Amino acid sequence: MKRAAFGHIGFPILLLIPQLAIIAIFFYWPAGYAIQSSFYLEDPFGFGSTFVGLENYTRLTRSSNYMESAWFTLIFTSVVTFFALAIALLLAVKADKVIRGAKTYRTLLMWVYAIAPPVAGLIGVMLFDQSRGNLTQLFGMMGIEYRLGVNYWDTAIAMITVSIWKQIPVNFIFFLSGLQAIPRSVREAAMIDNPSGTRRFWDITFPLLAPTGFFLLIINITYSLFETFGIVDTIVKGEPGNNPMTLVYRVFVDGFRGQDLGGSSAQSVVLMILVLILTIVQFRFLERRIHYT
Amino acid sequence: MKLKYTVGASLAFGLMAGAAQAQTEIEWWHAMGGQLGETVNQMAENFNASQDEYVITPVFKGTYEETLTSAIAAFRAGEQPNIVQVFDAGAATVIAAQGATIPVETLMADNGYEFDREEFISGVRNFYADSDGMMIGMPFNSSTPVLYYNADALAEAGVEPPQTYEDFEEIAPALLEAGYAGMSASLLQWTMTENFFSRHNLPFATNDNGYGGTDVELLVNHPAIVDHFTSLAEWEEAGYYNWYGAGWGDNQNPFEAGEVAMWIGSSGSFGGIADRVDFNFGATFLPYWESVTSEPTQTFIGGAALFAMSGQSEEENAATAAFFDYLASAENQVFWHVETGYVPITTEAYELAAEQGHYEEFPAAEVGIQQLQLPSGENTRGYRLGFYVQIRDVMIREYSRIIAGETTAEDAFATIEEEANELLARFAQTQG
Repeated sequence: MKRAAFGHIGFPILLLIPQLAIIAIFFYWPAGYAIQSSFYLEDPFGFGSTFVGLENYTRLTRSSNYMESAWFTLIFTSVVTFFALAIALLLAVKADKVIRGAKTYRTLLMWVYAIAPPVAGLIGVMLFDQSRGNLTQLFGMMGIEYRLGVNYWDTAIAMITVSIWKQIPVNFIFFLSGLQAIPRSVREAAMIDNPSGTRRFWDITFPLLAPTGFFLLIINITYSLFETFGIVDTIVKGEPGNNPMTLVYRVFVDGFRGQDLGGSSAQSVVLMILVLILTIVQFRFLERRIHYT
Repeated sequence: MKLKYTVGASLAFGLMAGAAQAQTEIEWWHAMGGQLGETVNQMAENFNASQDEYVITPVFKGTYEETLTSAIAAFRAGEQPNIVQVFDAGAATVIAAQGATIPVETLMADNGYEFDREEFISGVRNFYADSDGMMIGMPFNSSTPVLYYNADALAEAGVEPPQTYEDFEEIAPALLEAGYAGMSASLLQWTMTENFFSRHNLPFATNDNGYGGTDVELLVNHPAIVDHFTSLAEWEEAGYYNWYGAGWGDNQNPFEAGEVAMWIGSSGSFGGIADRVDFNFGATFLPYWESVTSEPTQTFIGGAALFAMSGQSEEENAATAAFFDYLASAENQVFWHVETGYVPITTEAYELAAEQGHYEEFPAAEVGIQQLQLPSGENTRGYRLGFYVQIRDVMIREYSRIIAGETTAEDAFATIEEEANELLARFAQTQG
């Protein structure tokens, strides 16, 4: 193969500048600013600030409330990621088998994808509403007292359910196209070797879907951590109360609602570090086990 | 032909620009949504129509918290509006930032308007003032917590509206018998904490409730309020009191739906309730504990005030002053009071509303303002506490836990005091 090379170092740098500039302005600069202000306590109007060293960080470790949010975020992310992937995979496998009316069926399943998170959150709130919610009434008929916004875990269930529901269509689209990319010949060969559908799925289909699955795993963890903000906000209606909160929502509550810029910056730096660790772990340990064809 | 159009267009544009230059335009950021927002727009239109020197444009910025955050961000970018509406809990943040706003008294004096703080109703006068009593913010939508009752439900149970929490304890079983939960309440931090201390004339914080400076500690862990929340948890267990979570409306809706016989909310909710409910309702003073005091005192105002932001031209400040003057006039106060239910802020406006027979028609509309004029005490003017939005969040989190039985009132108030004092110390540091 012929190697393409640039004659001069300046040209490739010139080509990279637009991209680098965007990253610098929208990521490195604000990130740098967040790191800087995480060491200060600042008057909201910007009149005065005091250097406090690591105080903003040590305060987080002392706060039982912050730790509780961290635990909740861990549980929330695991549950949402697992169920959003599992249900989407199940639906995709079943949809893949449908022959008649396949297009309509798939379109209907993908439809939810077009709903904006706050709208999804709002629909969720309506289903779970204290007095008028259909699900609340259903639980009531079964003798379960379900109270959104009053009971911590009842609120958590609503957040988790709506978040999973919102993410399934995205995962479904990817899994379905992944399934359709598996060569027919491989499937037919497997059919001869083993008549058990379940065995064929775990031995042949699942490993061949792994690259898609790995990609979706990362996307879903990011989704649960960050993009569920709109859903959480709609469910707690901007009033945290004794409701569960994800770490990202907490950054917003302390920084934008509470005007504590230093504390909120420290929290976002912690989040940045967490995402960095997560990315390294995923790519170093998990991706090695994936085979790309 | 084409040239003609261009000339015509630029001529028209030039004229418009000329007209715009002659009038001073100012912007007003507020947090009044829905029906209240329409009334705000109406007031701005009326002001614009009343004279031709100034044009005010109201801009809805979301919730109180969002409005304050937007104004702060705009100030830091040098793009601040002329007027911003700041709610009670955010007052300390704005007032502490000297140089961010022009005190309303200074603004009015500089622009040749007479401004007499004594004309304001006593419960209104002090909240947005500094330690010397100089008014920094211009009180706008002022309200105070009152108790609304479903008169039909109370008649059905054969009971009278309660004056004290002891009365409430007595009538609640009869209401339950008649099929009603006794009571719900919104914004417990306000109705059952800040105003609880004011109603019983108990100190809420050290250093003159925080008016004396940022070196302040909260005194919320008081036996009276610990007992109060212990009772609330017991009442919840017995079905006398219902708790629907931190949302304001979540606690108001069951009252309007006729499930709960009484609701402690804002005097400013009067207009909305009158529009929506189909039962007879009344209002009465915020209850107090007779076991704590035999001489209950007044409450102070909640709601929000308008602050003139600094860094504007003299012409624009003159426009802001003209608008404040317009706003404080008795006619406009009465218009606002009758439309929304928020209390009139001056004695003159109150008298005018009475003269027009508003209270004969709606006795419940007068309760808030009467309560603001009850005897005052050392601890009834309000509070000035930094990072107070976060402190309120700590309170409501712990209150939810008390009512859910996850913690005791003793532990919860110890936690609130500890976390609040840490926040207050942090706020003091931001000022250092």
